[in-house]
Amino acid sequence: MNTVEAKNIDISGIKYQKYMPKDYKSPNPIRWCPGCGDYAILTCLQKALAELNVDPHNTAVISGIGCSSRLPYYMNTYGFHSIHGRASAIATGVKVANPNLSVWVATGDGDSLAIGGNHFIHTIRRNVDINILLFNNKIYGLTKGQYSPTSERGFVSKSSPYGTVEDPFRPAELTFGARGTFFGRALDVDMKNQVDTLVEAAKHKGTSVVEILQNCVIFNDGIHNKISDRNWKADNTILLKHGEKMVFGKDNEKGIVLDGWNLKAVTIGEDGYTIDDVLVHDAETQDNTLHMKLALMDTSVGMPVALGVIRSVTAPTYERDYEDQIAEVLKKSPKKSFREFLLNSSNVWEVK
Amino acid sequence: MSTNRVVTDIKQVTVRFSGDSGDGMQLSGTLFSTLSAIFGNEISTFPDFPAEIRAPQGSLHGVSGFQVRIGAKDVYNSGDKTDVLVAMNPSALKVNAQFLKKGSIVIYDNDSFKKRDLDKAKFETEDPFTELNLNHVQTIGIDITSLTKASLENSGLENKDILRSKNMFALGVVCWLFNRPLEIADKLLEQKFGKKPALVEANIKALTDGYNYGDNLQLTATTYNIDVKESTKGYYMDVNGNTATAYGLIAAAERAGLQLFLGSYPITPATDILHELTKRKDFGVKALQLEDEIAGITSAIGASFAGCLAATSTSGPGLSLKSEAIGLAVMTELPLVIIDVQRSGPSTGMPTKSEQTDLRQALYGRNGESPLVVIAATSPTDCFDSAFEASKIALEHMTPVILLTDGYIANGSSAWRIPEMEDYPEINPPYVDKYYNGNAEDWKPFLRNEATDVRYWGIPGTPEFMHRVGGLEKDRFTGVISSNPENHQFMIDIRQNKIERIADFIPEQEVMGDKDAETLIVGWGGTYGHLLEATLHLQDSGKKVAFTQFRHISPLPKNTHDLLKGYKKVIVAEQNSGQFAAYLSSKFQDLSNIHKFNRIEGQPFKVSELVKEFTKIMEEA
Repeated sequence: MNTVEAKNIDISGIKYQKYMPKDYKSPNPIRWCPGCGDYAILTCLQKALAELNVDPHNTAVISGIGCSSRLPYYMNTYGFHSIHGRASAIATGVKVANPNLSVWVATGDGDSLAIGGNHFIHTIRRNVDINILLFNNKIYGLTKGQYSPTSERGFVSKSSPYGTVEDPFRPAELTFGARGTFFGRALDVDMKNQVDTLVEAAKHKGTSVVEILQNCVIFNDGIHNKISDRNWKADNTILLKHGEKMVFGKDNEKGIVLDGWNLKAVTIGEDGYTIDDVLVHDAETQDNTLHMKLALMDTSVGMPVALGVIRSVTAPTYERDYEDQIAEVLKKSPKKSFREFLLNSSNVWEVK
Repeated sequence: MSTNRVVTDIKQVTVRFSGDSGDGMQLSGTLFSTLSAIFGNEISTFPDFPAEIRAPQGSLHGVSGFQVRIGAKDVYNSGDKTDVLVAMNPSALKVNAQFLKKGSIVIYDNDSFKKRDLDKAKFETEDPFTELNLNHVQTIGIDITSLTKASLENSGLENKDILRSKNMFALGVVCWLFNRPLEIADKLLEQKFGKKPALVEANIKALTDGYNYGDNLQLTATTYNIDVKESTKGYYMDVNGNTATAYGLIAAAERAGLQLFLGSYPITPATDILHELTKRKDFGVKALQLEDEIAGITSAIGASFAGCLAATSTSGPGLSLKSEAIGLAVMTELPLVIIDVQRSGPSTGMPTKSEQTDLRQALYGRNGESPLVVIAATSPTDCFDSAFEASKIALEHMTPVILLTDGYIANGSSAWRIPEMEDYPEINPPYVDKYYNGNAEDWKPFLRNEATDVRYWGIPGTPEFMHRVGGLEKDRFTGVISSNPENHQFMIDIRQNKIERIADFIPEQEVMGDKDAETLIVGWGGTYGHLLEATLHLQDSGKKVAFTQFRHISPLPKNTHDLLKGYKKVIVAEQNSGQFAAYLSSKFQDLSNIHKFNRIEGQPFKVSELVKEFTKIMEEA
């Protein structure tokens, strides 16, 4: 069950193991619906881990409740399928307990943005070095089709037969509101970008949120079609890369430019816009104003949806600072036995 | 400084310091109890304060009190009634009048017993003592405020800080009354205010002036000398239940060779456990203040999964919020210590007042069949042993353990002999790589040690033992999700058995008292001191009565049934409506001898009332 078939590699006398994606696959039977977007996400995570070459026994995948949260069972790593909404808090405990582990959270829009909203924002605010895979299908699948906190206003579902009368959360906005240091976005079917984004998320020190636009084939099929469909994808999405021009379209003929305080999608060579007007993506700038604007671009306002790493900035991580604080205290007062500590505390008297 | 005076020897005395919640009464009380303990007395304290941080000055609901009972020996609780009351204002007098013994001494501040102050306390006349029918008490009015001002006028302190030292002047008078050496108090003040020399100096001066004032004016005809006990040799410290609980966890982590992790959220009266453990970075303790009660426990569950001794601390309302997560710890069979410092409920109830009303919640407050271990600490110092034992059971039996303490023992303190850690048992968690005998590839997470029904602990980072746990039912062999009917029944039963078999690892229940007694007094948790003293009173008056206090609630000690069967009457006394009595009755349905005594007033039991009520039950046909 737990065997790892990594290749033993010996380069110039330095031996190490090179893991393969299959080393992260558990033999447990997968129970997602046929055609579910989760399969692709599982594959991408296994590929990303192989690329990162992190030991399966040093990897912990934590989840809450929902279809997405079954993911740990399918991973040949340490895994914890917990209770609804609490994955980020459990992962915080895991990471603080052992900062050497690579800790991943598999969660959904209902799990993290509704019942677990509090843990989601506070984990991000603390910047615990974990990677949150937020499967966003804008629906509750496991309970059979209720609207979720990311469903658009007016969305008709089993629990909103006349349409919802509430606005959705936009995960990026929530992440930035909680002072998030990393936000990326990927499409379930776009394996290449997804693997790259997961790898970047893992490398980032701090809480990484990757919103994965995932298709629920049963209850919300095609919700992301406008951007995932082959015919529209090139015009309706833009893959952001740090340090590169923000261009998109089938032949990269379009670009994002600044128009006053706003972003605008233009065709290069039309209306007087040249490639020089097109913005260069800076994911690493502390100011999140432009990141917010990029993350909130949407086809409904004639803009492409941004994919890839939108924000990745350095900041202190919670568990590392905690370790440092302990080290600092221990430097000043070297570790004692418990009894020694008590004997040295104030108000101790001796009875002879 | 001492002059000719009458000194009377007494065995015990109960003193209550009382004033506004900003008057520093908790500090006066703590100093008096600590210095008495250092002096060689047994002590038991009872801080009784309102939930409001600074209620309107002089108001009845803002009265904060600190009661301390000191004596040569047999100080089992903080006492029903007071021999000495320090009342810093009329409200303090009014609120505490009910606790005054006949002939007791009331020391009060003349300066704050003016018309305006009496109005705030809703007195209708200008003679509060007569109005309260306190003609039997000895009153000592002292101009505490003005004398403190005079004492510190050249101290260089601001008026505000000078007024704050009133409590030290009052404490000085009390020290004089009981012949307490000021040197100990001076040392304690140096430790308390060490970083602010001006404050140390001012406090010591006010204290000394208060002492000398009592001595010079011979405020009472006699002063008192309290015998000093002969204690077991060793080092002692004064500790309250919350600190002892924190210490018990640290000691257990040290014994087990594990990192201690606490996930918590502030809640009265449990927060001091979080405070203490956040300070203990010198032991590498990771104590986190999380965003809510649920994150408190779930982060602890994560830390447990990752290989820590993990704990979460809370009170009743917090325990409610943690219910679902406790079920997860039951299902995943992970070690976890959940500390519930019980307070008055339901809902927010009376946050600073104590009772024992969370027993049912601890035993049953979860969905599904979710058995776990419940332990209840019996005194402030027993919080140490109980926290240690809770940790040991959690780690060795791979189960959540709920440790019940209560506001009374959590805030109350007594002298504690610093233990030799060799006297405490080893803690050996069932690490999979150390204790599992088979091959790693054959291991599955819910395979068990047949001798104990305990599963093995595979900690992330351990090569070859990668596995998945979760809230869904698992196949007992393969560890994969299962809704097989026969398997579910098996897992339900074995989770229950695992807990019941812990009875083999805990001591049998002991009884104190007459072998031929017809009546057994039964209590559990923090009421130990009061019930013990009530039993001793009954025995002194010739009653055949025995007493037992339960610390192990789930599972119960193995001899519980035989023990209870052996008495004509069993009186279960609790600060709830009969939760433990009902638990015993449901466990042992053949018992028809169970009687109940219940008080839920947010105050500790009163020994006098216990004696009266137990006598009544014993005399019934």
